[in-house]
Formats: sequence, C-alpha cells, structure tokens
Amino acid sequence: MARKSTTQRVVVSTIGAWFFGFLIFFPILWMVLASFKTELEAFAIPPSFLFFHWTTENYATVQERSDYLHHAMNSIIIAGGSTLIALLIAVPAAWSMAFSPTKRTKDILLWMLSTKMMPPVGVLVPIYLIYKTFGLLDSRIGLIFILCLGNLPIVIWMLFTYFKEIPRDILEAARMDGATIGRKLIYVLTPMAIPGLASTMLLNLILAWNEAFWTLNLSTSAAAPLTVFIASYSSPEGLFWAKLSAASTLAIAPILVLGWFSQKQLVRGLTFGAVK
Amino acid sequence: MATRQTQFLARSLLTPAVGLLFIWMIVPLALTIYFSTLHYSLLDPGSEAFVGLENFRYFLTDPAFLASLENTLVLVGSVLALTIVLGIPLALLLDQPVVGRNFVRLMVIAPFFVMPTVSALVWKNLLMHPVSGLFAWLAKLVGLTPVDWFNDVPLFSVILIVAWQWLPFATLILLTALQSLDEEQKEAAEMDGASAISTFIYITLPHLARPITVVILIETIFLLTVFAEIFVTTGGGPGLQTTNIAFLIYSQALIQFDVGSASAGGLVAVVIANIVAFFLVRIVGRNLEA
Repeated sequence: MARKSTTQRVVVSTIGAWFFGFLIFFPILWMVLASFKTELEAFAIPPSFLFFHWTTENYATVQERSDYLHHAMNSIIIAGGSTLIALLIAVPAAWSMAFSPTKRTKDILLWMLSTKMMPPVGVLVPIYLIYKTFGLLDSRIGLIFILCLGNLPIVIWMLFTYFKEIPRDILEAARMDGATIGRKLIYVLTPMAIPGLASTMLLNLILAWNEAFWTLNLSTSAAAPLTVFIASYSSPEGLFWAKLSAASTLAIAPILVLGWFSQKQLVRGLTFGAVK
Repeated sequence: MATRQTQFLARSLLTPAVGLLFIWMIVPLALTIYFSTLHYSLLDPGSEAFVGLENFRYFLTDPAFLASLENTLVLVGSVLALTIVLGIPLALLLDQPVVGRNFVRLMVIAPFFVMPTVSALVWKNLLMHPVSGLFAWLAKLVGLTPVDWFNDVPLFSVILIVAWQWLPFATLILLTALQSLDEEQKEAAEMDGASAISTFIYITLPHLARPITVVILIETIFLLTVFAEIFVTTGGGPGLQTTNIAFLIYSQALIQFDVGSASAGGLVAVVIANIVAFFLVRIVGRNLEA
C-alpha cells in the first residue's frame, strides 16, 4: 500500500515537473527551432513544430550580413577582460579580509556591497560625459572598466565566503611542518582555493556577458558586444525571425552552458551565502 | 599572532579594491549631484547655469515622473509576486522525487542565463506578435481574438517577460533552501497526523521565510533598474505606459539631452534604491555573524 502510493507520487510529480519545466524552457526551444527554419516557415501560420525543412543557412547569413564574429569577439574580450581584472583586484582583497580580519572587516564588506546598490541609471549621465570627454565611448577598454567596477563587489563577496571556509588548521599544520610561505601557497592554499576561484569566475562571466544597460548606452558598433548586436534586430519588423533566432541562439549558447555548470555556485554567489 | 608586518601586508592587499570602489562610488555621484543643480542641456552648450533645486522641482512635478514611478512600482511588485507565488510550488515540485530531476532543473533555470535583449526580442516577435506569433495562433485555435500584446497591455507584456526571466532565480533559491529542510521534522509531523497543507503552513513556509526575503530584496535591486527589456520591446510607449524610472532618466539624458533634470532623476533613483538596500544590507549583515 505504502509502496504503491510512493510510485504514484513519483509518477505524478514527474509528469508535473516535466510539464512545467518544458513550459518554462519552451521560448528558448522555440527560438532554437526557428533558427533552423526558412524565413517563410518561421513566419508561417499555423506554425510547424518539427516537420519543416531544416536548414542552417540562417547561421551563415547572420555572419555574412552583420559580422556576428566581430560582436562575439567583443563580448568575449569585454566579459573576459572585465572578469580577469576584477579577479586580479578582488583576490588579494578577499584574501586579506578572510585571513587577517580586523574589527572593520565586516563594515568594509557591507560598504562594498552598498556600492552595488547605486542604480546604474543614477550615474549614467556623468559616466557618459566622462567617457565622451576621454574618447571612451564605443571602446572595449571603457566597457571592460565599467563592467569590472560594477561586478567587483559581488566578486569580492563570493571570494570572501569561499576563502573563509578554508580551514585555518591546515595552514597551521603546514607551518608546523616547516613549510615556507611560498610552499604553503603553492601546495596547500591554491588547490583549496581553485574551486571557489573557478565558480566566481564563471558567475562573473555570466553577469558580464549578459549585462545590457552599460553596453547599450556606451557602445554603438566598434565595441558593441552581442547584447547590442541583438538589440539592433529590434528595428526591422518581421521577416527576419529566422535570422534573429540564429543570432540569438549563437549569443546565448555559450553562457547557457556555463550557467548550467555553475548553477549551485550561482545560488551562493548571488545571495552572498545567505541561502544554503 | 598578527604581527605588524602581516597587518601591513593585509592592508596593502586590500587597498586597491577599496580605493577603486571608493572612486567609483564618489566621483560619478558627486558629478551627478553637481549636474543636478545646473541648467545643462547638451543641445544648448555653453548655457550652463546654477539653478539650485529647479531641476528637482521640474523632475518631481513632471507628470512623466509620477507615471514612471507608478510603472516602476507595478513592475517590481508584479514580478516579485509572480516569481514567488509561482516559484514556491515549482520548488516544492522539484523537491519531490522526480525522474530526470537534473534535466528538469536545467530547463527551469535556463531563462535566467538568456541575455535580456534576446529574451525581449524572442517574446516580442516569436511569441507575442499579434499576427504570426505563437500566442496569436493558440488564441485562434480556441476561437479567441489574438491579443495585440504591446499595444493593448504593454506593461503587462513587459511584466510577463521579466517574470519569465526571474522565475528561475526564485525557484532555484527556494529549492536550495527546501533541500536543507530537516526531513525528520516533516516526517514527525506526518506521523502526528498533520495534513500536507498544515505541514506546509507550519513547517515549510516558516523555513522559507528567510530565502523569500532574500529573493525579494535581491530581485528588487535588479528590477528597479529593468532597462533592456523596455528598450527593445516598447521604447517606453505607447505614450508613457511602459516607461519606468530607469527608462525615463535614460530618455531625458540621451534622447532629450537634458543633463540637469536627468541628473536630478538619477539622484531620486539612488534614494529609492538605497531605501531598499538598507534592508538588504541589514539581512545579509546578520548572516555574517553566523
């Protein structure tokens, strides 16, 4: 009896979960399907779900007509560059706060978080004017810089929560065994810090890749990443759906995969460890 | 144990981060405050003049401000309500034994990783298009008149898109919290003959109180500044129907080139965000002690 009701429960919740999961995922699936249709089929009513003439011509056209690779390269450089610089600044800071905390460490951490509360739109005007004055509008350097600063508080916080969990006893033991600071760093600390570093990097990449406010307002073409490239499809109405879908699929694919890999860390990173 | 030397080292490791963030916080903010007291139009260079609080008076009494404030509140409130009300049952469902749970989880969280410009365009063109969108076809299939989403219910359409993007976030966090719920407590309640509903109300819901607060506060910070979705779909219109504060300030600064009142608006946005932030910092700060 009990066994039967358990099986029943599994069946019901499995059907329910798959149904809602599919429903939520559907817009993405629909976009991917449309990217393999011809423009006529993408637009057709009634829509065809699977039985259409599959083609990859949209992917070729997206590259030919609007130089997708140029924008993808911008996305890679901007997201990657801002992540690297943020890590270079954040690792020493988080390290020092985790291993040599002072009375003020908590205040500093909270203050850092509070800089994230400044809505970008509140400082759009001065940043825009400063960038205009220094010729940083539509430049990769300018975007790298602003995305790096925007994500820095989150990066420091994430690293701090990870570093704090490295047990002090291990360091102590290594010291007792006569390890030098250099050897401690290489053989003891680095291996323990790498998972935290990796997931912080992933989350930061995701945030920077998808960031749209600054990229839309500070770049037009030369430095425009994929967010801006996709937005440029919003003007010509209709009949570009298949190409729009192909471009969109290419734009989200890498980050979707990264996101799936880092979903557990995402919860920790975005809630600063407040939910476990 | 902390010698003066290590203290010095620790401080010098921390300085670059603190310094940069300090500059990042103070310089643009100071400039915004300064501009907000000027008559400053990019269309009319050289005519900058000190006008005191005139820009604030202009911005705050502009009917567009009240409309955009209302839109902002409706947008944030509805998306919060939708993501939490739908996120709780979804998280409960995924917490059950489900065949292929990991795969379902991947489907559920996927929208969170889609860049805002992509999700806005996909919803606008492939799903909500009044003639050849999928929703129009579905409506006709059951004999209804298709809705012209962005003309008839523009704000609701934006809300739908943004809620779709944030539902995964709420679900994921609630699910993580559910998985740390003590199973024995639930079993004990079941043994005592508690119904599923009262177990939910007296055990599960209180356990979820904290993650729900976290979801509300973090989402609010991001939702207050929703921009790309509006920029791509409606451009704030028709009229002012989908203009939120972020979009209003953007249009004043970069479409009307009125730096003065855009700066005043920016400061208003900073104040609103900081009211929210005050509560977030307190909750996260409490967690630091543990």
